Amino acid sequence: MTRPRADLLLELADDELILGWRDSEWTGIAPFLEEDVAFSSIAQNEIGHARALYELAARDLGTDADALAFDRPIAEYRCAPLVQLRRLEWARTIARHWLYETADAVRIEALKDSDDVEVAGLAGKIEREETYHRLHAEMWIERLLAAPEGRTRLEEALLELWPYALGVLEGELRETFAARVRERLPFGLPEVEAIPRDRHEPELAELLDEMTIVRRSAPVGAQW
Amino acid sequence: MSDARTAEFLEFVQAGGQVETDDWLPDEYRKRLIKFIEMHGNSELMGVLPERDWILRAPTLQRKLALTAKIQDEVGHCQLIYRVVEDLGKPRAQCLDDLISGKSKFHNVFHYPTKSWGDVGVIAWLVDAAAIISQKALLKCSYAPYARVMKKVCWEESFHILHGRDTVLAMVTGTPEQFELVQEAVTRWWEPLMHFHGTPIAAEEDPMVHWRIKSQGNEDARQQFLDGYVPQIRELGLELPDPKLRRNDEGVWEYTEPDWEKLTAVVTGHGPASQERLAFRRLSRAEVDWVSKAMLPEAA
Amino acid sequence: MIYEVFRQERKGQPFVHGGSFHAPDRPFADAYAREFYARRQESVALWVVPRDEILEIDEFPDEFDLKYRRVDGYSIKARLAIARERAGAATSSSDGEGP
Repeated sequence: MTRPRADLLLELADDELILGWRDSEWTGIAPFLEEDVAFSSIAQNEIGHARALYELAARDLGTDADALAFDRPIAEYRCAPLVQLRRLEWARTIARHWLYETADAVRIEALKDSDDVEVAGLAGKIEREETYHRLHAEMWIERLLAAPEGRTRLEEALLELWPYALGVLEGELRETFAARVRERLPFGLPEVEAIPRDRHEPELAELLDEMTIVRRSAPVGAQW
Repeated sequence: MSDARTAEFLEFVQAGGQVETDDWLPDEYRKRLIKFIEMHGNSELMGVLPERDWILRAPTLQRKLALTAKIQDEVGHCQLIYRVVEDLGKPRAQCLDDLISGKSKFHNVFHYPTKSWGDVGVIAWLVDAAAIISQKALLKCSYAPYARVMKKVCWEESFHILHGRDTVLAMVTGTPEQFELVQEAVTRWWEPLMHFHGTPIAAEEDPMVHWRIKSQGNEDARQQFLDGYVPQIRELGLELPDPKLRRNDEGVWEYTEPDWEKLTAVVTGHGPASQERLAFRRLSRAEVDWVSKAMLPEAA
Repeated sequence: MIYEVFRQERKGQPFVHGGSFHAPDRPFADAYAREFYARRQESVALWVVPRDEILEIDEFPDEFDLKYRRVDGYSIKARLAIARERAGAATSSSDGEGP
């Protein structure tokens, strides 16, 4: 691999962190109580994955996971625009969840074959939890497609998020991902330009501002 | 006949007997159970909101995870508790309707705003400590399905207090500004905490104790709270805003009489954040109404 | 639909009723049962059953004293005392009455 390992780890970690933060926006107000509890676990898992990835990157960079998650300038965050979007209505939330999990599966499968044993090992651990996330996303897709209102909303949501989703991966991985999505859906998705990873949505700045508001109130290095 | 049956029922529960959903229950008992348990469920659900605002602002990954898990537990408890109410005859959808229309009540502490990360620590530590005292006393509730749910609730909540105390400890051992955040929060939350266990109605006159829905009087619960937590608060160098607060020679805590009319006003929807919280619940329920109707018609 | 959950805390122990929840179908019931009864690893196995599928039986009439099939149907104290006396046993100690 020509890219530094930390670079790759941060990309993944930022995706998981920001998606976890966005998913946690549903905690306490999800469509019904049982789902609230389930979706909150998914948000926690994403953040747990982010933490493990940051810890590995932090060893290479001589820092710690919290500093990587909270204290970098915004320009250094590499998360895909798909995860930056603030809490979406429920069909869009499910669409993003399913698109992200499908893309992530492609990415994690590739990482499991990495020559770097630490990266491959961590990818294996993440994959075991993500399997559950995929089942969760899949059962929602199935139910929404089966209900007229659900299907209409889901279709709209997928069309809207499709260019964002394509931006999560590049090259061959992107093609594999797009093929899997198209194969699953009973309707087509257009050929569109992917929204690239280096683009920052205005919502990212707002989120980073809010997520560091407490942390910034004390000098760097303070304990919380 | 029905009177004799009620008397027999009363004798049974007062002797420590527990009843199940399918047993014959006097109407008054069922009504009181529904009202009491429903308010508990409402409180779990509304209790999510003061802390929810801070989910996005948690200052470390560890705190973020713990806070999310704590709020998740509260939603889960609401689910468990509303299930008990449903089996007593009031559907979940109706509980939610009555909650957001202001017809039913929720606990006083959830009518207040959460102003800082200091509040988040103090809520998790002290509000949950006060709540666990009440919930532990419910383990002996005469209505067995509720008592069983409390067992799970108490077990899950045991981590909340530690998460709160640890959050507070990190701040009181931090910078002077961080210490001040905690001090301000303790000062702010003291009155709601003194209101928490309710007016000092004598246990013998409390209909909830009469039916053995509760087994502990309000003042007993408050004394237990003060006994357990005032020393823990003071040992951190924090001050409590009540000059009369002291443990007398008989071991009873003396304190300035709280303003009980204020408590009544707060729980009837006139607290500083009552209307805003209810409006938020109405809005978020309307937003996802289509999902629950499509997925869980019987519970939506 | 309401699903009832029975949970096993440790291998070899009986499954005990844990509680119930709403779920639209089996896959959702699977996910929610895990969330509500195992997210802290507090169960090693779960039985998840639609409430409507549970057959509840709670009437067990015993009009004609069928206690002869149980230990509490027997009180041997008096007869044992007589028997011991006849046999000339010195003392009668505690005996085997039912629980």
